Amino acid sequence: MPLRRATLSAAVESFSLVGMKDLAEAALNAAQVKGASYADVRLDHHVTQDIVVKNGQLAAVSDDASEGFGVRVIVDGAWGFAGSARLDKTEIEPVVDRAIRIARASARVRSARLDLGPPVTSRGRYRTPLERDPFAVPLSEKVDLLLRADAAMGSVKGVTIREGSMEFIRQTKIFASTEGAFTEQELYEAGAGLEATATSPDDVQNRSYPNSFGRHQGSGGYEYITAMELDRHAGRIAEEAVALLSAPQCPSGVKTLILDASQTALQIHESCGHPTELDRVFGMEAAYAGTSFMTPEKLNHLQYGSPKVTITADALTPTGLGTFGWDDEGVPAQRTFLIKDGLFVGYLTSRETASVLGQESNGTMRADGWNRIPLIRMTNVNLEPGDSSLERMIAETRDGVYMETNRSWSIDDKRLNFQFGTQLAYEIVDGKRGRMLKNATYAGITPEFWNSCDAVAGRQEWTVWGLANCGKGQPPQVAHVAHGAAPARFQHVKVGILK
Amino acid sequence: MKSMEVARLTDEAELKQFMTGLLERSPAQQTEVMVTEWDSALTRFANNGIHQNVAERNVSVRVRVVKDGKTGVASINQLNESAATDVLKRAVAIADLQPKSDVVPMPGPAPARAVDAWSDATAVATPEERADFVATVCMKAAAAGLKAFGAFSTSAGQFAIANSLGVFHHQRSTQATVNSVVMGEAGSGYADRGAIDVRELDKDELAAEVIEKAQRNQNAQPVEPGVYEVVLEEYAVAEMLEFMSFMGFSALAAQEERSFMRLGEKITGEEITIWDDGLDRTGLPAAFDFEGVPKQRVDLITGGVASGLVYDMATATRAGRQSTGHGLPAPNTEGPFAVNLFMKPGTQAKAELASGIKRGIWVTRFWYVRIVHPKASIITGMTREGTFLIEDGRITRPVKDLRFTQSILEALQGTEALSRSTKLEIGEFIGASRVPAVRLKAFTFTS
Repeated sequence: MPLRRATLSAAVESFSLVGMKDLAEAALNAAQVKGASYADVRLDHHVTQDIVVKNGQLAAVSDDASEGFGVRVIVDGAWGFAGSARLDKTEIEPVVDRAIRIARASARVRSARLDLGPPVTSRGRYRTPLERDPFAVPLSEKVDLLLRADAAMGSVKGVTIREGSMEFIRQTKIFASTEGAFTEQELYEAGAGLEATATSPDDVQNRSYPNSFGRHQGSGGYEYITAMELDRHAGRIAEEAVALLSAPQCPSGVKTLILDASQTALQIHESCGHPTELDRVFGMEAAYAGTSFMTPEKLNHLQYGSPKVTITADALTPTGLGTFGWDDEGVPAQRTFLIKDGLFVGYLTSRETASVLGQESNGTMRADGWNRIPLIRMTNVNLEPGDSSLERMIAETRDGVYMETNRSWSIDDKRLNFQFGTQLAYEIVDGKRGRMLKNATYAGITPEFWNSCDAVAGRQEWTVWGLANCGKGQPPQVAHVAHGAAPARFQHVKVGILK
Repeated sequence: MKSMEVARLTDEAELKQFMTGLLERSPAQQTEVMVTEWDSALTRFANNGIHQNVAERNVSVRVRVVKDGKTGVASINQLNESAATDVLKRAVAIADLQPKSDVVPMPGPAPARAVDAWSDATAVATPEERADFVATVCMKAAAAGLKAFGAFSTSAGQFAIANSLGVFHHQRSTQATVNSVVMGEAGSGYADRGAIDVRELDKDELAAEVIEKAQRNQNAQPVEPGVYEVVLEEYAVAEMLEFMSFMGFSALAAQEERSFMRLGEKITGEEITIWDDGLDRTGLPAAFDFEGVPKQRVDLITGGVASGLVYDMATATRAGRQSTGHGLPAPNTEGPFAVNLFMKPGTQAKAELASGIKRGIWVTRFWYVRIVHPKASIITGMTREGTFLIEDGRITRPVKDLRFTQSILEALQGTEALSRSTKLEIGEFIGASRVPAVRLKAFTFTS
């Protein structure tokens, strides 16, 4: 039965910027009057639409809205923060009072006085470039696409679980500070993904498209979904999931490893993105996410990778989940080098941490909502394209394994010792792709691994991969970040680790 | 000053009136409304000082409607009449716009046993009290020439669920948790605590444990990877149990043939007994689940034999049985979840678990555990903040952290002993586990 054309826009329309500026100014004034030497306020409204189709049925459609404001203050040289879901003037005073009182409590157990460096006075508006507003696309169109893809997966004998999902987000936020910054942003995300699972009495194998972690997500509109061509790839991943059940186990050994672009993206995330977060380096995440082996004395000295490896943090990358106008301290989006020709040259920084190194923030502070403080988060941490290609890398390899699409990931608290697994792998023998392999894993030590990188594919195979599940902080926050990556090759890697 | 910090929660009668009003206005055949409201604060410290200190008040109103065989779900974080109208309208619009699908039935009314999960002391905890607690840990660490890191949180909240079939359940709860890492120049230690009542968190005891562990864990040397006899402290056991719950205890995982559970078969050593009990106050009690079904105790592994699974309304309907009260909020495609886990303790003192081990590894905690193969219950992860070599029955020296890749069931098949004491570990997002420390015959460290 055809679905009626209609949209789900009620929640989208409920938040208006009108009046929000007054609330922001009232909060900043109150904070200053009550003794804050610095204050900022974020007013934020999120709308999220999630759709899940499972085994031929529409399993879930939800439409979630959240709004509120958070006030961050410095009093007596220490931080305080309080937030409330009630966006009205009567709530300003108690929330500011709470933030001030919390800051005074912080000052009782202070280790060092805060320094934010030069003032930030950004002003302006930013809106995610998009062709088609995802909230204006009829639900029927979205569900139809997922059902078509589901049917394609279902036509493959042996597939036991099929799932497809979409997610759309619109975030409207205002940032204002006592230094004079005032920015308005309207950010859009669109994401979708498919997963096919095949089971036997003692095995379970799955394949997903375009990426794992539920979805492939980017900043933009519905055109991002259309470009995925979900229904065209659905049958292929279903066939691969079934074939994996009878595929041989990935052999154990030390081999040449070629990663597809999406797994390369996760490798960048875990072994370069996180260890270059300067708050981790300074111990600010030590009791939770951990610290970093990339300590300040290694800056401009550590040969992190081979000369083939150049990694940037670029908040200007089109379609990246880390693409915006300003970060949540009002610092403009920018592009900066972390690794240049293999040399470790830069960190992801905030105003507070950059000033410790005598630098200015490179604009990476983001909060996952009005009720959280901003933390240093990856923007779009990209491995710059090389001059090879997947085809050439395979042709040049005598004894290797090609691995595609992440299945498991684990790395130690300093970001050195890692082990990843992928959904799919193929052996490479004498320059040719051989048998399909299952349960493929590889492990290594970060600088050894990146120094073994001898080829990166070029721009034509370079894709921006969104990761919408990056956890950090206490209370926990989830950031949406991205990584531009192409297939890459690594030598002498331990593969096939499975008890 | 203190009264200002009392958690601001809506009165239960007012909340019930709000929810009843919303149900009465709904044009759908069936409607469910779930309200979660919380007031929480967290004080974070690093390098012996507070560096982040936050608080929030928030609410979630989630509405599920079933209309003409179609389901719509919407949520909003406001608790007022216009928000109720908006969220109901959006849920109904979603239902109206979709094709007919399988509907997850709503439960009818059933009495839920009241549980006591509230502490006034936690609800009125102040930023100054949190700072004083943190100051003690930091000062003791500094006095020992070490640096303290961690977080101390207190929260108060309420959860209520009602549906048009007559269900109304309400529960208030509080939670206080603290974790700390203490570092020296060449190593670190870890400790955490969690309780309903903040007064049960002893700052001196916590500081003593984490500092002592940090002092013992300096200048660790590498050991060869391989298969070792191990003692896992409660921190590591609780994490392993959480992954068992995630991979295998859900009826959906079993129905989809993804679970390692083979009901009626012996899958671990007979010393292992694991159950879920939301009503036990020695855990983190919850009287009912996110579908409004009263919690039942479920025996999951009894004497090593796989003995039960947890069900929600969807999986119970499919299996032709009753939900056990383990549903998650709608719309839920993940299935039921066991979140109040217990592992039966043994008879040995924890300190004696190493005795008799010729050469083994003592593990304080795991880190970054991930699933490698769910049906084979294989996980990988690292040890962290306190890994020690055991030689001739006693801990001799710290060793560098190790990566393990191990089937949980195979490891538990080699259970040799469990401590008679247990510890409550509160999960990061949901639920808690009360577990002993365990000694296992074989555990595989891969690097």
